[in-house]
Amino acid sequence: MRTRHLLALAIGFGLFAGGVAYAQPPSGIVRPTDERGMSPLELGAQLFAGNCASCHGSDGAGVISPAQAGAGDVQGRGPPLRGVGAQAADFYLRTGYMPLDNAHEQPTRRRVQLTAPERRALVAYVASLAPGPGIPRPHPERGSVPEGMGLFTEHCAGCHQVVARGGVVSGARVPPLTKSSAVEIAEAVRIGPYVMPTFTKRAISDDELDSIIAYVQSVRRPPSAGGWGIGYVGPVPEGMVAWLIAGVALVIACAMIGTRLRG
Amino acid sequence: MRRFLNWVIGLAVLIGTLGRRRRRREPEEERIVPPGSASPRAEAVVILLLLTAAACAIAFIVVYAMDGLTDQTQLLGLTLGLSLGSLAAALIVFARRLIVTEEIAEEYPEPAHPDDQDALVEVVRESGDRLTRKRLLGTAAGAAGGALGLALLTPVASLGPALETGTFYRTPWVPGRRLVDDKGRPLSADDIEISDFYTAYPEGADPDQVPAPVVVVRLAPSQLELPPERSRWAPEGILAYSKICTHAGCAISLYRSPLFDPVQPGPALVCPCHYSTFNPASGGAVVFGPAGRPLPQLPLTIDPRRELRAGGNFSGPVGPSWWGVRKGKPT
Repeated sequence: MRTRHLLALAIGFGLFAGGVAYAQPPSGIVRPTDERGMSPLELGAQLFAGNCASCHGSDGAGVISPAQAGAGDVQGRGPPLRGVGAQAADFYLRTGYMPLDNAHEQPTRRRVQLTAPERRALVAYVASLAPGPGIPRPHPERGSVPEGMGLFTEHCAGCHQVVARGGVVSGARVPPLTKSSAVEIAEAVRIGPYVMPTFTKRAISDDELDSIIAYVQSVRRPPSAGGWGIGYVGPVPEGMVAWLIAGVALVIACAMIGTRLRG
Repeated sequence: MRRFLNWVIGLAVLIGTLGRRRRRREPEEERIVPPGSASPRAEAVVILLLLTAAACAIAFIVVYAMDGLTDQTQLLGLTLGLSLGSLAAALIVFARRLIVTEEIAEEYPEPAHPDDQDALVEVVRESGDRLTRKRLLGTAAGAAGGALGLALLTPVASLGPALETGTFYRTPWVPGRRLVDDKGRPLSADDIEISDFYTAYPEGADPDQVPAPVVVVRLAPSQLELPPERSRWAPEGILAYSKICTHAGCAISLYRSPLFDPVQPGPALVCPCHYSTFNPASGGAVVFGPAGRPLPQLPLTIDPRRELRAGGNFSGPVGPSWWGVRKGKPT
């Protein structure tokens, strides 16, 4: 009897998983057959045509209003990439933000599906479309953590939370920065991915950016002298622990100690 | 060390006392508490819990002495908590298993003097006999109570000058005043690019006063949907709004600035406290959240040196508002 139930459950789960897999849009990387024999720019052009052009247009011209479904039935809509330079291409590919399954989705950090040579080739190709900013070279070791804390509080913490644990802005999620490398932070500050504002060198100089990165790296594991951080997201989880765990435990203890008066 | 020794001595005494055999009572001696059977298992549990409490307390001392331990605070709390918890558990087991308990209910006693209540009522009634002007006294008492209540309510007026709203329009922003950043450098129109987010202050004024800070953003002029009377308030698409949220007065520090409009949420100024969301393209209208009125807009002009200057005062009163406060027109 029991085995039959388990079997039914397993079949049901299998059908469900199959359905989920079927419902998902096609993902993965389209690769040219002979990658080794190509020059980096050629490989980049091939990868761009196969994986990016349905949204970003041929030669990175952008697709503002989609005429018809592109490759893999993707309703392509994406910004032009001419002039964004290696900086933006490197950020989006390094973090796994691109390629995006659905243009209306917010890109999130994912496993990078491109190999390192493929990524470099694609970045070089996007950079070759039109002159644009290169990949920044931040030096967080030269920055000052206290100064970085001040700047982060002023410019970034409103959305990213004071120890960079992320949050929400109305209409979008704000990613945590705990996994972001120095180069990624430097790139994101300049390009403003998704709905993040951009910060020019006038607003945040390169030296100030070094301090901000030093601060973000210093709060990966913030000092928690007063107790466990519980996610470092402020007093709400601490209150939840106090009320839902400690409070319930106290009530149970009282009920166990006390005797109900009869009569 | 001395403390540690004391612990050991105390523990030894405790075990000695608990372990000693009970003195035999003489069988003919009369008891008050009914006799109960001995419970060696409960005693063992109590002893074990007490020893655990002692061990945890010693662990606390050891952790305290080990300077530079990671998570020292947490371990201190854990050891002390376990020690106190074991002690409490020992006392509970002791009280419930080893002390003989009985439950006795007692009836309320009959009143000793049943006539006293009636006498008291009579005393109260007859005590008022001397009053001849009861109504006047009542009125005076009512006046005292009412006036006092009114006096206690008066401070409500401090919640907001509902009668005099002119102060809300007295701001440091006069036509021609330059916008400067937090270091006092004037803001140039060429510094502000689309998707930038700047905070600016009036030149030469106290930056800490409520109407001083403004946020400066730039949108493509084709995106703007300003009311017709504000058509000249945003030269080249550069817009300035009060940085103080109209809901609870927090600083607007979130700027949603889409890279690619067709598939991303539109530009918005967002307050981090309760997510009031204002549309900078349409004059600061509330699109989400608890704010009750639009974000006040500051008209801008660009002078011949390309520096940003205020073109006048805000479009509305600056600061938090509730119950219709700050909705009034200038008086």
